[in-house]
Amino acid sequence: MKTEAARMAFTRTLLTLAREDQTIFATATDSRGSVTLNEFADALPAQFVECGIAEQNAIGIAAGLANAGIRPFVCGPACFFSMRSAEQVKVDIAYSHMNVKVIGVSGGVSYGALGMSHHATQDIALFRATPGLEIFIPADGPQTVALTKYLAKSSEPAYVRMGRGAVPNVYEESAPFAPGKANKLREGSDAAIIACGEMVYHALKAAQALAEEGIAVSVYDMHTLRPLDEAAILEAAETGFVVTVEEHNIHGGLGGAVAEVLSQEKPTRMRILGLPDAKHFTGNSAEVFAHYGLTAEGIAQAVRKGR
Amino acid sequence: MDATTLQTIANQRRADAVTMIHRANTGHTGGSMSSLDILTTLYYAVLSVRPQEPHWPERDRFLLSKGHSVEGYLAVLADRGFFPKAELATFSMAGSRLIGHPNNQTPGVEVCTGALGHGLSVGVGMAIAAKRLQKSYRTFVLMGDGEQAEGSVWEAAMAGANYQLDNLYAIIDRNGLQISGATEDVMALEDFADKWRAFGWDVAEAAGNDPQALLTYFQTPRPAGKPHCLIARTIKGKGLPFAENRKDWHHKVPSAEQLLEAYAALGVKGVDWA
Repeated sequence: MKTEAARMAFTRTLLTLAREDQTIFATATDSRGSVTLNEFADALPAQFVECGIAEQNAIGIAAGLANAGIRPFVCGPACFFSMRSAEQVKVDIAYSHMNVKVIGVSGGVSYGALGMSHHATQDIALFRATPGLEIFIPADGPQTVALTKYLAKSSEPAYVRMGRGAVPNVYEESAPFAPGKANKLREGSDAAIIACGEMVYHALKAAQALAEEGIAVSVYDMHTLRPLDEAAILEAAETGFVVTVEEHNIHGGLGGAVAEVLSQEKPTRMRILGLPDAKHFTGNSAEVFAHYGLTAEGIAQAVRKGR
Repeated sequence: MDATTLQTIANQRRADAVTMIHRANTGHTGGSMSSLDILTTLYYAVLSVRPQEPHWPERDRFLLSKGHSVEGYLAVLADRGFFPKAELATFSMAGSRLIGHPNNQTPGVEVCTGALGHGLSVGVGMAIAAKRLQKSYRTFVLMGDGEQAEGSVWEAAMAGANYQLDNLYAIIDRNGLQISGATEDVMALEDFADKWRAFGWDVAEAAGNDPQALLTYFQTPRPAGKPHCLIARTIKGKGLPFAENRKDWHHKVPSAEQLLEAYAALGVKGVDWA
């Protein structure tokens, strides 16, 4: 199975787009290596701005670049951009409606044993409560390519969270992508799984295992957290049981978003899978996922128990 | 425009600002008064802007990083024709775009400010953009002195020097007071000019309530290859006898009697929009 890190699909695509469009800039916070922006910085130095280890300043600089018609992609670890510079994202970008794309790499628990200082598992909750930002979590490399092409054309401020490691491709190359429109990847009437990011792959694996047991499960890739595809959520609820899966705290992320819709529009039994409201178990990301049941088997188990 | 005319205009704008604050029953009187000679000198004699075309790409950029001095800023923008002066009567009223911090729904306001320590970073981005896009506009950022305690100011200061942004001006309204008291008691800044010099900036000091001193500064060529910092020594509450150099006037609201006292001290009859 083909695998690729979303950040590499992103930087490869951004470089191609930026060669054609001189208004596309990338900025780094001493993060060109971790983002995989070295080639961009070497090839297009006039479209690259190094900000040093200063996330607050990086966001402000990007807002200033956007004011002059530049289309900046601010790139660095998701954990720092979603907390250290949260106020700059809120005021300088979202509230001011500046065309800046905040690209948070190594999100979720990508940094594994580096510990919670380096985990970004509150970013969706924070930015979902910050009006004026589109929010995306791509599932794999091909979807990241399509998303990057959309971002380069869009004039809306956005936050994107990507993981660090290579993830299995869920999509074929050049699979269609529509912002704000969830992808229904599997059809089934016994239950529905709504996932985002790397969890989409595990959700599909779970659905496959369940199918072998005679349990037919729908799987949705909710790659866009804002604008939220409420129609897809209501459709998923037709199965009578919805499981959400995310690499995020169980409070305020994808599960919270789905629960807000269903509790008000179509009360439906749910199970929210994610990282608990506690200090994280220590390990690499696969070990952390295994510990918390964020695996095909863990997801399948939640479906079996709940339906 | 000469300094005497600028002084007269600045006092008219002070009258506008105190009237806005009195009518809204909210506002930051002290900082608006200390900033107004700087704002007036910039908007009537220094900045290249087109009020009828606020997004003109070649415009000089201005950012009010000390966003709480918004009343003076809005009075200047309205008088320069960015929006109708009558709109000043809506300041802080329900639904108005003229609120207690600059809001870029207002023509002439580049980005929303108000959270301190943000403006200089945005200004650095604007100045880098001018260099990269070969544009000749300049960027001016007005900060407060209390604001200098925000660490992000110094992140931006490092970046400004790193990128040799000689098209960028940081102006500090050095009125010496912040909401809790003297800056030197709350979080000491001195030796303040040396701090900016150590960060690699071209630093100057001037009397910030003297339009002639400000004009002289802005009309004199500055060294190339470095960003410019002007420490503008001002008086908080400048022009209002009851408010000058009093920390409690940071956001105190003038009474009807004090409004008349202010008009008399400023040498104005009143405002033409209320």
